[in-house]
Amino acid sequence: MTMIDEKTIKDHGLTLEEYASIVRLIGKAPNLTELGIFSVMWSEHCAYKSSRVYLKGLPTKGKHVIQGPGENAGILDIGDGLAVVFKIESHNHPSFIEPYQGAATGVGGILRDIFTMGARPIAVLNSLRFGPLDNPGNRAIMEGVVSGIAGYGNSIGIPTVGGEIAFEEGYSLNPLVNVFALGLVEKDKIFYAKAEGTGNPVLYVGAKTGRDGIHGATMASAEFGKDTEHKRPNVQVGDPFKEKLLLEACLEVMSTDMIVGIQDMGAAGLTCSTTEMAAKAGAGMEIDLDLVPQREEGMTPYEIMLSESQERMLICAKKEKVGEVQAIFAKWDLDAVVIGHVTEGGRLKVKSKGEDVVDIPVDAVVNLCPVYRRPIKTPEFLRKVSKLPEIPLPADLNEVFFKVISSPTIADKEWIFRQYDHMIQINTALLPGADAAVLRIKGSKKALAMSLDGNSLYTYLDPRQGARIAVSEACRNLACVGARPIGVTNCLNFGNPEKPEVMWQFKEAVGGMAEACRAFEIPVTGGNVSFYNDTEGASIHPTPVLGIVGIIEDIGKALRPGFRTAGDAVILLGENKEELGGSEYLKICAGLQKGVPPGIDLAVERKVHELCLEAITEGLLRSAHDVSDGGLAVCLAECAFHSGKRLGCSIDLGDRIRTDALLFGESQSRIVVTAGPRRAGKVLALARKRKVKARVIGRTGGRDIIVRVRRREVVRIPVGDAFKAWKESIPSRYKIKE
Amino acid sequence: MKFGVVMLPGSNCDHDTFHVLKNVIGRDTVFLWHKDHDLQGVDAVVLPGGFSYGDYLRSGAIARFSPLMQEVKAFARRGGHVLGICNGFQILLELGLLPGAMLRNKDLKFLCQFIHVRIENNRTDFTRAGKKGQVLRIPIAHFDGNYYAPDKVIEDIRANKQIVFRYCDADGKVTDEANVNGSMDGIAGLMNARGNVMGLMPHPERASEALLGSEDGQVIFRSLIEVLEHKGRKAR
Repeated sequence: MTMIDEKTIKDHGLTLEEYASIVRLIGKAPNLTELGIFSVMWSEHCAYKSSRVYLKGLPTKGKHVIQGPGENAGILDIGDGLAVVFKIESHNHPSFIEPYQGAATGVGGILRDIFTMGARPIAVLNSLRFGPLDNPGNRAIMEGVVSGIAGYGNSIGIPTVGGEIAFEEGYSLNPLVNVFALGLVEKDKIFYAKAEGTGNPVLYVGAKTGRDGIHGATMASAEFGKDTEHKRPNVQVGDPFKEKLLLEACLEVMSTDMIVGIQDMGAAGLTCSTTEMAAKAGAGMEIDLDLVPQREEGMTPYEIMLSESQERMLICAKKEKVGEVQAIFAKWDLDAVVIGHVTEGGRLKVKSKGEDVVDIPVDAVVNLCPVYRRPIKTPEFLRKVSKLPEIPLPADLNEVFFKVISSPTIADKEWIFRQYDHMIQINTALLPGADAAVLRIKGSKKALAMSLDGNSLYTYLDPRQGARIAVSEACRNLACVGARPIGVTNCLNFGNPEKPEVMWQFKEAVGGMAEACRAFEIPVTGGNVSFYNDTEGASIHPTPVLGIVGIIEDIGKALRPGFRTAGDAVILLGENKEELGGSEYLKICAGLQKGVPPGIDLAVERKVHELCLEAITEGLLRSAHDVSDGGLAVCLAECAFHSGKRLGCSIDLGDRIRTDALLFGESQSRIVVTAGPRRAGKVLALARKRKVKARVIGRTGGRDIIVRVRRREVVRIPVGDAFKAWKESIPSRYKIKE
Repeated sequence: MKFGVVMLPGSNCDHDTFHVLKNVIGRDTVFLWHKDHDLQGVDAVVLPGGFSYGDYLRSGAIARFSPLMQEVKAFARRGGHVLGICNGFQILLELGLLPGAMLRNKDLKFLCQFIHVRIENNRTDFTRAGKKGQVLRIPIAHFDGNYYAPDKVIEDIRANKQIVFRYCDADGKVTDEANVNGSMDGIAGLMNARGNVMGLMPHPERASEALLGSEDGQVIFRSLIEVLEHKGRKAR
């Protein structure tokens, strides 16, 4: 047996202090397999040891909440006996090392989190961040990630209905792949991950165990150097067909009364599922590794316990129902093998070839990992970047407009979305590209809306403000389609938490998120923290991504983006302010990632959403679109592009602020809506009643986007030309030169 | 009349097709399990889209060996109506019930988008509820939809009027640009010489409800119903 020396401990990503706690907690020196179990379960990825103290500050309660943080996914009541199960997770590290498989297994993993609770997954969204596409390496990573998401999602038959994609230098060596999934379940058919009832059998179901993904969770809990190529064997390999069978078989089993609990084998595989299921029920578990279906010969107990092979689940069945459970898995051509049983006494005992190879208390593994309040420090760089230099007003604003509209972060993403099957399951009421994804619920008038949002440049310049804006923007997107938000999941992508500056960013961002979630009265039901997004010593911009779910009471009233008819009044809800800090415009046109991000008053923001929702419910609006990246000019252009008939508009503004800020500034709490000429007055009256600033800024019509400021024309662009620039920006980077 | 929707492992449009036939069109519909040898007395078999057996090999190549497919093949040989959608079309090619083969899309990317197809022949059991030249707006979602057949075969299917749908633009013009996957002769839908088996790449079940943006796909299901219910009445 290998000696547990200092080097072995360090190689397992544990500190000497942590090792000492393990010895104290289990009353003996762990053997190598036991050490491996602790190392994954006590990794940052699984134990949230640096983040927990701050996450406690997030609001988690609300009238819709059935399940908050702590389970595989959060659950919200949506009425009519139905609930939604949803969560977001990162797969950043694996996607950098092996883009296709990294992203594919990211999809597979989050889907298992959803159907392990009894829900049928009905939607996937993703938030992706890459380095600039001018670099061929980044193009290859994006192509791999997009095909990986498509390859898995399309094959298993779950639509990828929306999300966001942004580009930024800092992600060249550390792309972000955050996958959100949502499932629908009848409220009385929800299952939890617990192994209860002494003597109840524990079944291993799904794919066989191989050597892939060993120590994936530990890998995701350390910085990357130049040798990431060697980490390729840590990445799992996905089999969406197998997962489709697993999904159908599990849902069939869960539609009956055969099982006690079920958990997927994701990060830390068999280790995590056995210990967590036992710990949740205050029970223990005994398993025999000789019974585990294996795809390779000669695997050691250490390898079997730590493998992260995909498409596997652990089920605690009712003793008398084992045969029936196995029959259902046999119908779907899957292994379902009893590998052990539930015991009393709270210990995990693992046998291999007749020997005891693991004997440890599950509580220590699952619940007693030390929690850290790591040192924090305001980063020095903030003082340098917060001040904007003198910026000359550009002479030709048409030219600026084209530059901004063709920036890949803003440009059309159809090249990506059409690689995803976004229509399967025939619920997709709004195609990708709308403010939010909208899915009908068959047999109901209601619909679900979902939006993923984050803005890393704002969060870099001011993490608290950036997080407040991210929550606000996601809710604003929902308001634009006519949905009221009911709950949030988040994916917090940060650098190395052992750096005090990163920890400060984290604390600030979580604080800002908590403020905003309270202001909108939306509970956080779970999520994921991804630390150690550092390669070669450089951290990414802090990137909290919010996934918000909302309900549309009457799908007939859901608004599509884009101008509808000529002659409609274009109305601006909210105010234009002179705010240029952190804008896409400064980044693209001046090469500046500087300034203070836009201000936000959460009470005002909420009033704007309420106004928009009321106007939609009253049937006053023909379209609604939020003002975000690229400002008012980009918002108007997108309304024209989404009109489907290249419908332009003529806008007159009187604001006494810099013209570039007026066109491209990213002031928050703004929505551009259109209404028929006779309804515009009603919209303005509603705004007065709700004390929201609103005014008619122009009319739809013509083939150009025309903006005048105090009667002077500052922008005139044919919609067709702008559309072409917007549409072709991303595909042109992938064109093979002939 | 009764529709049967085939459930192969990985046929993930099975529930969508079932939903449309049963709840939107309102006809008796049953699932047919791939391990069975029983077609449950259905009047028409629909092979839905998806990734049968994962399609790790050529699309549809494994599906043709499933027990149920032997029955479907016999059913078609007896003149029974078989409609293959997307992966179902690919399987019909692999089964040899339709001529030709599918290659990867010309851009080597999976494509999911609304496209237009033109009804080339409305004197078929799959299109009689439509007009010749009528343009339908229906989504596609496939990786391998680039139809290929030797020139001789193309000549024959043209001469026999077996080409049922061609990709076209919104105005009904068949152009290279509208032929998004690069299919020979712009072929989007094809039937056998006898006219009882048709395969098409677009997904009519995704275009059968106004809420989802188009009801054009109903033409195909309604045509089959017209034929089969009329036949049923005659038989009685």
